[in-house]
Amino acid sequence: MTSVAHARPQAHDGAHHAPMSFWQKYIFSTDHKIIGIQFLFVSLFFLLVGGLLAIQIRWQVGFPGTPMPLAGLLPESMAVGGVILPEYYIQLVTMHGTFMVFFAIMPLLVGVYANFLIPLKLGTHDMAFPRINMWSFWLALLAGMIMLAGFFVPDGAARAGWTMYAPLSARPDLSGATLAQQLWCVSIVVLGLSSVMGSLNYITTVINHRAPGMTWFRMPLSVWALFITAILGVLALPVLQGAAIMLLFDQTIGTHFFDPVAGGQALLWQHLFWFFGHPEVYILILPAMGMVSDIVANGSRKPIFGYHSMVFAIIGIAFLGWIVWGHHMFMSGMNPTLGSTFMVSTLLIAVPSAIKVFNWMGTMWRGNLRFHVPMLNAIGFVSMFTIGGLSGIFMAATPVDIPIHDTYFIVAHIHYVLFGGSLFALFAAIPYWYPKMFGRLMSEPLGKIHFWLTFITYNLVFFPMHVIGMGGQMRRLYDPTIYDFLKPQQPLNEFISIAAFALFAVQFLFAFNFIWSLWKGKKAPQNPWEDNGLEWTLSNPAPHGNWEKVPNVYRGPYEFSSPESPNSDFLPQHVKLPTDRDPVPAPPPAGH
Amino acid sequence: MSWWLPPAASTFAGPIDTLFIVILILTGIALVVVEVGLVVFLVRYRARPGRKAFYTHGSTRAEIIWTAIPAVTMVALGLVSNHYWVMMKSKKSVPANAIRYGVHAKQFEWQMSYAGADGTLGTDDDFMVRNQLHIPVNQPVSLTLTAEDVIHSFFVPEFRVKQDAVPGMNIVAWFQATKAGEYEIGCAELCGMGHYKMRARVFVHTPEEYTAWLAEQAAAAQGGE
Repeated sequence: MTSVAHARPQAHDGAHHAPMSFWQKYIFSTDHKIIGIQFLFVSLFFLLVGGLLAIQIRWQVGFPGTPMPLAGLLPESMAVGGVILPEYYIQLVTMHGTFMVFFAIMPLLVGVYANFLIPLKLGTHDMAFPRINMWSFWLALLAGMIMLAGFFVPDGAARAGWTMYAPLSARPDLSGATLAQQLWCVSIVVLGLSSVMGSLNYITTVINHRAPGMTWFRMPLSVWALFITAILGVLALPVLQGAAIMLLFDQTIGTHFFDPVAGGQALLWQHLFWFFGHPEVYILILPAMGMVSDIVANGSRKPIFGYHSMVFAIIGIAFLGWIVWGHHMFMSGMNPTLGSTFMVSTLLIAVPSAIKVFNWMGTMWRGNLRFHVPMLNAIGFVSMFTIGGLSGIFMAATPVDIPIHDTYFIVAHIHYVLFGGSLFALFAAIPYWYPKMFGRLMSEPLGKIHFWLTFITYNLVFFPMHVIGMGGQMRRLYDPTIYDFLKPQQPLNEFISIAAFALFAVQFLFAFNFIWSLWKGKKAPQNPWEDNGLEWTLSNPAPHGNWEKVPNVYRGPYEFSSPESPNSDFLPQHVKLPTDRDPVPAPPPAGH
Repeated sequence: MSWWLPPAASTFAGPIDTLFIVILILTGIALVVVEVGLVVFLVRYRARPGRKAFYTHGSTRAEIIWTAIPAVTMVALGLVSNHYWVMMKSKKSVPANAIRYGVHAKQFEWQMSYAGADGTLGTDDDFMVRNQLHIPVNQPVSLTLTAEDVIHSFFVPEFRVKQDAVPGMNIVAWFQATKAGEYEIGCAELCGMGHYKMRARVFVHTPEEYTAWLAEQAAAAQGGE
């Protein structure tokens, strides 16, 4: 292992050696930065796919039975006369969740930023296993294509919800979809492989490839969060893969793991899925928390408040994440006594979450706040994640969960965490590290307009969903007006839908800013945010192989406004003050 | 529309709605502290020329305070919640005098079975009514939920009752309706293409009405055979 890893700088220092062909450089690249950028483009595409599915869902829920504009483009098996069919509607909800969770948010946070940031922030030339890293990207793309193919097979896409509850998902005669259900399983197995490869890489790199002086407690919180996320990934994804293979066997070769008709257990799927699924929820939020911590400290020009608490809170959330899966199953018929224990472990997650929120506030307290676009979105993250965290308490308290379980209340909650949380963090991270990726800055004025319009329309979409859910509207209902008790709420559903269309439209500002700035953005100075991280010691974009000689690290990453640097309000990790001693370099590996 | 939980019509609604309000107050306080605090900080500590941020790495006392307060609150909330959870859902919570019904869910209907003239469920004179559950008011009832094909979920918002019906399992759910009238039963778990129309009704009768209805149905069922 070490010989491979240490051979890298010589074999791989492409920036200073023979120029590579376009294919080597941008397509079959082993450079962690290019792989991160590949993930970025691909997962932004899937984010768009997920968004397109979402607005169709909103059309149907807001205006059931009315012909949808442009629905003429859809085949008769999906919409007749422009009216969405029930079987297409459940494909929409299934694939919206699947694409957003597995192919947009997870790769955006982990595929992009674990790849891009870990070596740059730790001060190393590349990932520990660059070729495995390349495979991780190509497998993720393959998985996405397999998933997308579901829409183009005869019975249409998978139809059992993104949670694929068995036996509905296991029996084509009950779900109405055959091939697409199998494609879903195959895609998830391939994606899991990609995730495990990536995660092993991140873990190995963080453990073995830190620059001299980069001790564990000098690592930025983004790297801490990505490291813990990778551990969750390597342990959780195989569980889902195993479950998906069992489901595939149920669908194809006549096993009955999940079908009680022949002795299987329907609840087994839910236990396996959520044993993966709850750690997955933290895979989707921890990297966001880590990057937001970096950006909040930078924007506040203050050291992060309670660095050690922040690290332990990340670890605490990750640990608790393994013992709360049953809270998705309070109404499932699982023994109610188990419900009691899962309730307590779930409520306890509020503790590390609260620690994080208060420490972000503590960081801003008495700071000197710069409201650049990444900071605005990071503040958006803190305020919206708070709502998402607090609404979780309602469902964690089992008696209160009874009326709101499987209603729009949970839909509101998950979107406050995944959109208000993860996506706002990405709207912060993308412009923040954009200069490091492309050498140019995204437009600040456009970014500010995008932030405010998104912040407003987003709340108009998702806050009223709490009310709709309290009123009892079930999830995944093709037409809520079938129920008398839901009819009075329909105007609010229409309102949410209109706001959702606006929210979707506003995202084109971001897309435009992102693409336009690739060519027309302002050339970035070397350290545009006046940050302390090692990545800003490199040119923009950073060269292949990163550093010729990696810098020494003398302090943590959050030394803003330090009395030791009277002339500026930041003190980068690599700057040696007269009082600093050089770190002892690691002994050379055997056989080198 | 109500902007609130649906009107209450069972004995569970009292504790659940009260607990909902308690959590709303607790989370409301936390929300105001965080959001108002944020806005105040954003205004007060905005960057201005000549200002420098206060250099600090944190405060152990602050960490202890904001660890302890949520921890204590959450444990207390857990204990209170668990008391009501056990009262509503524990296997031993079903009152001995509850009238038993069978609720069999299948794509996309609810089959309600009733004890016939002998008053016992699971005997030959049971009769089944599709998509209609008739029960007496102010009397505990217990439903044995089963499913034919996939997972469904029995949900009556006004009763604050929800319980999945899972193939291969017999799951008992109980409640006591407090207001006579007609209520909708919805399916709360995605069960296939017709999930949205898997709707049924509960009729909560006065005791006299209920007895009359039951006699009529039992007679019709007998006569039909």
